[in-house]
Amino acid sequence: MTDSMPHTPTAVRQRAAAADASRRRKSRSAPLRWRPKMLMGLYLLFVLLPIYWLLNMSFQSNTEILGGLTLWPKDFTFEHYGKIFTTSTWYMGYLNSIAYVVMNMFISILVALPAAYAFSRYKFIGDKHLFFWLLTNLMAPPAVFLLPYFQLYYTVGLFDTHIAVALAHCLFNIPLAIWILEGFMSGVPKEIDETAFIDGYSFPKFFIKIFIPMISSGIGVTLFFLFMFSWVELLLASTLTSTGAQPIASVMTSTSTASGIDWGTLAAAGVLTILPGILVVYFVRNHIAKGFALGRT
Amino acid sequence: MNKVYDNKAWWLILPMLVLVAFSAIIPLMTVVNYSVQDVFDANTRFFTGTEWFAQMLNDPTLQAALLRQFAFSMTVLAIEVPLGIGIALIMPKKGWQASVVLILVTLPLLIPWNVVGSIWQIFTRGDIGLMGWGLRELGYGYNITRSTVDAWGTIILMDVWHWTPLIALLCYSGLRSIPEAYYQAARIDRASKWSVFRYIQLPKLTNVLVIGVLLRFMHSFMIYAEPFVLTGGGPGSSTTFLSQSLTTMAIGQQDLGPSAAFSLIYFLIILLVSWVFYTAIMNMQKEKQEEGI
Repeated sequence: MTDSMPHTPTAVRQRAAAADASRRRKSRSAPLRWRPKMLMGLYLLFVLLPIYWLLNMSFQSNTEILGGLTLWPKDFTFEHYGKIFTTSTWYMGYLNSIAYVVMNMFISILVALPAAYAFSRYKFIGDKHLFFWLLTNLMAPPAVFLLPYFQLYYTVGLFDTHIAVALAHCLFNIPLAIWILEGFMSGVPKEIDETAFIDGYSFPKFFIKIFIPMISSGIGVTLFFLFMFSWVELLLASTLTSTGAQPIASVMTSTSTASGIDWGTLAAAGVLTILPGILVVYFVRNHIAKGFALGRT
Repeated sequence: MNKVYDNKAWWLILPMLVLVAFSAIIPLMTVVNYSVQDVFDANTRFFTGTEWFAQMLNDPTLQAALLRQFAFSMTVLAIEVPLGIGIALIMPKKGWQASVVLILVTLPLLIPWNVVGSIWQIFTRGDIGLMGWGLRELGYGYNITRSTVDAWGTIILMDVWHWTPLIALLCYSGLRSIPEAYYQAARIDRASKWSVFRYIQLPKLTNVLVIGVLLRFMHSFMIYAEPFVLTGGGPGSSTTFLSQSLTTMAIGQQDLGPSAAFSLIYFLIILLVSWVFYTAIMNMQKEKQEEGI
């Protein structure tokens, strides 16, 4: 049986395999295969080096910092972290920041969900203009709104409260949330809505029971972005507060005193502002890339 | 997607509209109000019309700040966009390395902006900073408080460090949406790496790149905290960008009229450029729908 089938002689096969292997070797020589990894490593080094330096400094005593350059803390100390966790101005700074960020996330997602649904499912008078107007708020430089915000919140008696900062950050966070959510919602087929309505679901019931679970990853990513932009913005936050709801950023400016800058504490406070971000990014790591493209890839 | 025409959708928009109007329209109207008046105190004010606008447009310090701002925005875009694409191409696609690299690359984006300034301030100081010290040891008289070139270089490096991840992540997500079959077809055709990039990857990236460039332009045009902490706008006023000039004028000198006029001019410039980008994005999406993809 086997003799009647046409087959390639073993020698030919071996020669072909050898030629193939040599071609593969030529096209991808060892340094070429390692190059992407090396470049990636270099870039990560560039990203991490300044952060390492901050970390390094936060564990050094001030005398060691000013005494000379050391590549790692020789005189390892928690003194700066201790100071932050025991001084009320310092830890209240963190709590204040977290308070207004959480408030802002809650308000923004609550009003952005129905609005994004409307933009992704319906046409209505002025929809395109409205959407562009929303984006203009994303583009507004905070510096432009500094003075009017100060006066507005002062007049309505909200100055120096957490809610004032939370509301002010809505200016750019609500448009951002709508933009991202709209992208994710447009990825859900419309037939799902229609089927649910035929099955007798009312709109609120459909929205909460069916639609929201379907875009839960989108909501997670949106919350991450709301957190991020509210957490990193400081110009408005520090202008709208004085002592009662002072964000960590304004507390950090108090490290420079007449006797010079308290580098160690400044570094430790900086390290502590990075931690919440790492914590949050860990939860959305699988969806974050899609979120950065505003749900549109 | 076929959208239904229904004006009842306005009810879904309404809560958002009230909230955004409160934080956008009222303050903006206040700015407009100030920009056309000369305010002495609560009761004495004069209508000045376009006088402040004319004064601001002819102010040499602001013209200089505007030019610097454009130079800065264009420079960082020119560096960050190609670099971001390059990084997206070499980021690992799967396995635990992918997650780790993703989180590490995202890291700079999650740091409060004034802390970014502090990090680089500490990093570049000649006495206690690794980079400042290192450059001096190598024999370069690095000093950001004296030399304009050093200050500019450091601010651009800082911005590249801070924002390249945004472009990289956008492109990474664009690349992940390319089906494996495209690459297989390219392998069968023995396509070179360059043609894979040029004809498969780049077309898929245009969409996310436009968003990326738009966001980067907007943010770089509003930059405030980072250079403020790092150089304080100096040496001289060589790194004073628009936001900082504006804040100095509005808060520091309390010149309500001129700073309001300046705010509006500033806002309009951003609006104009962003509108061009926005129209481009929308047209692209329309074309895509018409192609039926």
